[in-house]
Amino acid sequence: MEYFFELFFSGLTRGSIYALIALGYTMVYGIIELINFAHGEIYMIGAFTALIVAGVLSLLGFNELSILALAALAAVVYSSAYGYTIEKMAYKPLRKAPRLSALISAIGMSIFLQNYVLLAQTSDFLPFPSLIPDFHFLEPIAHLITSAEVVIVVTTAVVMVILSFLIKFTRLGKAMRATAQDKDMAMLMGVNVNRVISFTFIIGSATAAIGGVLIASHIGMINFYIGFIAGIKAFTAAVLGGIGSVPGAVLGGLVLGWTESFATGYVSSDYEDVFAFTLLVLILIFRPEGILGRSTTQKV
Amino acid sequence: MVRSKMLRRGVVVAIAAMFALVGFSGTAIAQDTIKLGVAGAHSGDLASYGIPSIRAAELVVKEYNEKGGVLGKQVEIVTEDDVCKPEVAANTAAKLASEGVPVVLGHICSGATKAALGIYKDANMIAMSPSATNPALTQSGDYPNFFRTIASDDAQARLEVDFATKKLGLKKIAVIHDKGDYGKGLAEFAKKFLEESDDAEVVLYEGVTPGAVDYSAIVQKIKRSDADGIIFGGYHPEASKIVMQMRKKRMGTVFISDDGVKDDTFIKVAGDYAEGVYATGPRDTSKNPLTQKAEKEHRETYGSDPGAFYLNAYAAAIALLNAIEKAGSTDSDAVTKALTTEWVETPLGRISFDERGDAIGVGFSMYQVRDGKYVEVK
Repeated sequence: MEYFFELFFSGLTRGSIYALIALGYTMVYGIIELINFAHGEIYMIGAFTALIVAGVLSLLGFNELSILALAALAAVVYSSAYGYTIEKMAYKPLRKAPRLSALISAIGMSIFLQNYVLLAQTSDFLPFPSLIPDFHFLEPIAHLITSAEVVIVVTTAVVMVILSFLIKFTRLGKAMRATAQDKDMAMLMGVNVNRVISFTFIIGSATAAIGGVLIASHIGMINFYIGFIAGIKAFTAAVLGGIGSVPGAVLGGLVLGWTESFATGYVSSDYEDVFAFTLLVLILIFRPEGILGRSTTQKV
Repeated sequence: MVRSKMLRRGVVVAIAAMFALVGFSGTAIAQDTIKLGVAGAHSGDLASYGIPSIRAAELVVKEYNEKGGVLGKQVEIVTEDDVCKPEVAANTAAKLASEGVPVVLGHICSGATKAALGIYKDANMIAMSPSATNPALTQSGDYPNFFRTIASDDAQARLEVDFATKKLGLKKIAVIHDKGDYGKGLAEFAKKFLEESDDAEVVLYEGVTPGAVDYSAIVQKIKRSDADGIIFGGYHPEASKIVMQMRKKRMGTVFISDDGVKDDTFIKVAGDYAEGVYATGPRDTSKNPLTQKAEKEHRETYGSDPGAFYLNAYAAAIALLNAIEKAGSTDSDAVTKALTTEWVETPLGRISFDERGDAIGVGFSMYQVRDGKYVEVK
């Protein structure tokens, strides 16, 4: 039974990692129905920003907690700026074009950002400092779950709640939902659609940056390619949970994490991806809209 | 079609001409020399692996001859080009056998070596390769006349297993790999060696997905298997993730890996968590005076830095001539006995050969991370 809980916790961590990145995917898709393939790269850029800022701050002698806070803040600001700019440069000019054009533009952006970081930072793995300190009260269960993992799980839950609240109960959220339902009509009703979409990208990028900082300090190393692999799995999680749905992204991430973890634990880690993607196929066969996705009729 | 036929005819003529030339020069040789065959890829796209062995042989032979030769006779080099092809290698081997060459330095490629070895065995000749790493060449036991001065592909796995069971006394070992050719190949050997010996049991054998965000599930599985050591086949990015997650989960399990992990990036990335990790890597011979001498000679004679397997070939030439000297004849049984009993100083260190033909004292050493550096474990 203890083994079950160990696997449960490792699945929970892994799932939360996927979920934290998946939240950004799902937000953007929910509003403008674009799969933002550059999202994984935003996550990667967030991690690099935090690495550089943390390096400078620790040279200046700041204490641990303020380094974490300031590095995360810098990552959020920098990544959000990237998200905002990418939307303006790569997606906005294509808003009236067929959906496939924007998708290809997103893939292009992803390749561009990867290579830009590759040139600027080399392809080597760089050590990422453990910005999250070891909590003393967690010591008795440190063999089950580490402090960094606890922080990731809690952050994912908090981000999910905040985003759900934002979408359901604020003016901006109402504007977002209106934009999602019908962009032209929302515009006629006085919603500044451009600004809503920009905000969506900023919020999505901010969650990616938070994810980047926390996950990198959990894993302890980064390179230019981490965004791609994490992005693929996070995208899978978003689809699994029902793309466009915020709680769905978290649920999808967790289901994916648990599937992989239990498959590794009880079968073999050689087949963890096989189990994960078999599950995806099965769910999409029986519920094409994902676990929590709403089935929408095609707009005519 | 016509073109290719002509081309083929041209190649046949060229090969025939080559043999004829070598044949003439062979018959012209006086009888009071000891012939050292040097066979391998001396032309074609793999020539860069074979040429250094000719140069090594030339330099070693020159030195021996200046000192009066071996057993009072001058040593003469007979080169044969097998272009790394098994079918050509069989011909070159027959050629060397017919010329009465007692010992051959070669061949270079594993496939070509295998094709030639049967002929050498029938002709009671000794062959020593500086570069053929295929494990079966020595381990099959088919070729008692074959020796090599390079560690075979499974030598790392052997060293890892011996170190884990004999030196560290581990009883339960988890063998983990990254599903790649290199990592999985090593892991399969390690598993096989562990199963053959009764010193320890394999409690877990699994592959992990390279690049996955997190390895905590496999770490939990290792913990549950109650392994007291891990042998990991793969490269440093996965190794550092696994080691870091194990240490963060307060697991002190011994971690042993290969030269894919014996890289300073591993220490840089894993930092303090890397402390105590074991990894095998090629033995460092750059401080050996014989190595320095061999490399200097090459630069002076050929005006360039030595190529691939040069030191291995240099060591092989020394080992062969030394064994003939010690054996007092070129009789293959006597030379074999001398090779397996006598120790000789070479650029690769002090070496001898085991009964299978693998060099003892050549190859890999175990290193451990101590204070942020890989230190050789003696």
